[in-house]
Amino acid sequence: MDLGIIATILDSALRLSIPLLAACLAGLWSERSGVVDIGLEGKMLVSAFAAAAAAYAFGSAWIGLAFGILASVAFGLIHGFASISQRGNQIVSGVAINMLAAGLTAIVGNAWYGQGGRTPPLEGVQRFDGILLGHSALVYIVLLAVPLTWFVLGRTRFGLRLRAVGENPAAVDTAGISVPGLRYSAVAIGGILCGIGGTYLSVGQAAGFLPNMTAGRGFIALAALIFAKWRAWPALGACFLFGLLDAIANQLQGLFIPGIGEVPVQAIQALPYLMTVILLAGVIGKAIPPRAAGVPYVKER
Amino acid sequence: MSAPIEMPKWADTVLVPAISVVAAFLIAGLVVLSIGENPLTATRYLLQGSLGTGEGLGFTLFYATDFIFVGLAVAVAYHAGLFNIGGEGQATLAGLGIALALNNLTFLPGFVLVPAGILAAAAFGAAWAAVPGYLQAKRGSHIVITTIMFNWLASVLIVYLLVNVLREPQSMNPETRTFPGASHIPFMHEAFAWFGITIPTSQLNLTLILALVSAYLIWLLIYRSRLGYAIRVVGANPAAAVYAGISPARIIIIAMVLSGALAGGLAVNELMGYQHRLLLEFTSGYGFVGIAVALMGRAHPMGIILASLLFGILYQGGAELAFEQPNITRDMVVVIGGIIILFAGALDGLFRRLVAYLLSRTKLAGA
Repeated sequence: MDLGIIATILDSALRLSIPLLAACLAGLWSERSGVVDIGLEGKMLVSAFAAAAAAYAFGSAWIGLAFGILASVAFGLIHGFASISQRGNQIVSGVAINMLAAGLTAIVGNAWYGQGGRTPPLEGVQRFDGILLGHSALVYIVLLAVPLTWFVLGRTRFGLRLRAVGENPAAVDTAGISVPGLRYSAVAIGGILCGIGGTYLSVGQAAGFLPNMTAGRGFIALAALIFAKWRAWPALGACFLFGLLDAIANQLQGLFIPGIGEVPVQAIQALPYLMTVILLAGVIGKAIPPRAAGVPYVKER
Repeated sequence: MSAPIEMPKWADTVLVPAISVVAAFLIAGLVVLSIGENPLTATRYLLQGSLGTGEGLGFTLFYATDFIFVGLAVAVAYHAGLFNIGGEGQATLAGLGIALALNNLTFLPGFVLVPAGILAAAAFGAAWAAVPGYLQAKRGSHIVITTIMFNWLASVLIVYLLVNVLREPQSMNPETRTFPGASHIPFMHEAFAWFGITIPTSQLNLTLILALVSAYLIWLLIYRSRLGYAIRVVGANPAAAVYAGISPARIIIIAMVLSGALAGGLAVNELMGYQHRLLLEFTSGYGFVGIAVALMGRAHPMGIILASLLFGILYQGGAELAFEQPNITRDMVVVIGGIIILFAGALDGLFRRLVAYLLSRTKLAGA
């Protein structure tokens, strides 16, 4: 294999890992505060749609981004309301978010544009073009979110409190800090990150929205989050690894290797899921989630 | 934990779910309004298409059969305190089991072949659920995450097998050859024709009876048997279960095996009853609808049958509606499902508190 192909694969691995990374960091914020989020997929999908629709309507990729983030935060707040204020089941709420997003984007897209749920193709300033090394601004924003997440969660008062809420909310409450306040801010930050990820899908990577275009990325991001053991830098590594697997699978698609025959691309596609299950089974290391993740907090009366 | 909300049983089991459904429909109506269509006309088309004709009713019951199985699957796990989101993957694997059994045992007569197919479906679905169950019970891996991963593993596996292994060499489509005729579960209109009764033709087949029998057996199991009691104890309080001499690990695995086997019923209805071959994506997201059905039916078999009927009406009526008003695609049903899951599941407390408050008010006023 020559250097050209390796460069191509690495380049496309980066592209493919960006939406994963955005969603993975979103999940990291949310779960570190104690709110389990399996609605990453839905939030990305709804923001991909809102971003493409707004970019088309206003003729600006940046306005698209703003709407993408708004839509994703709105869905995040529904999840927050259900799981923080109403102390509902966070898994159930996440499933609902995913279904709502899948259904609403398809129905509204079809009603508005009549193209089977697609938005009209975006071109020119309606899209994020490459600004550096052929990658768009969104790529760098998402990459920047990694050190930012690491710094804020590990080195600032707000971040330490937020993590404490995910481990022992009662202690934080006793210290006189609002548990719901911290959790809502975590969910909102998660919404912003998912919004950037979704916008990248429809306005950066592709030129428009396609129904169900997230295609399970939200769940791979969830796998990456477990793989990274809920930490920012490892999240970058895990997402890049999964992006790389995806890029290799694309490269090998339909390729014939003498002696082996056609490469079973599905085997590579299955790897992220398989590795996550093996990791969760505790065969190689152990992934321990934040202690209060998924547990609604009830203030003592 | 917060104090349980006190209310009469009828309010808890009937009124609260009913309110969440009504609220879900109101919001769905707003969605219909916002895309410039009339919700009342839409509702009329929906009901006419699903209940107005014999044929429509047949299709409604066909979908309801699917939902009874996946709803029961979610409910059994739910009673054990587990969230099985893996219905999609389990049903997919069950489909694989059916295809392997039926296309390899072609020499068997129908009365052996049909049960063999059903058993294969149950066994494959159960096996696909048993692994996450085992990992939860013995290794503490969170069942929600593992079942999600197993859904994706199943979808990747089935694509690989259908494209590379099971496909007919001449065929371009990723699907198996047609199952032997003796293995087809008779359509309802065929079954009625044996007795000289003519009913409209539809996809509805005798699997509906299997679904209703399963619902009854699950009711017996959960509410009338020792094992069902153990399942409910583990679901309510695993620590208490240990003191009562019940092994939570064992119960978790058993509940997941049952749950996976029930999810296999979806494959029986779709493949043995209607498609008569294994093809991609025959589960169509119904595994997730099962979550809505189980939540709405309060994880009780009777409630699940009623909720399945409602979703059957939505799916069949939704198809007709999309035909009449192309703006309202069948995705509307997914939206309604999502809202019902949100209201009947995650925001359950909201309506319960509201009902409890209103009831206490009326009681005070009456006194």
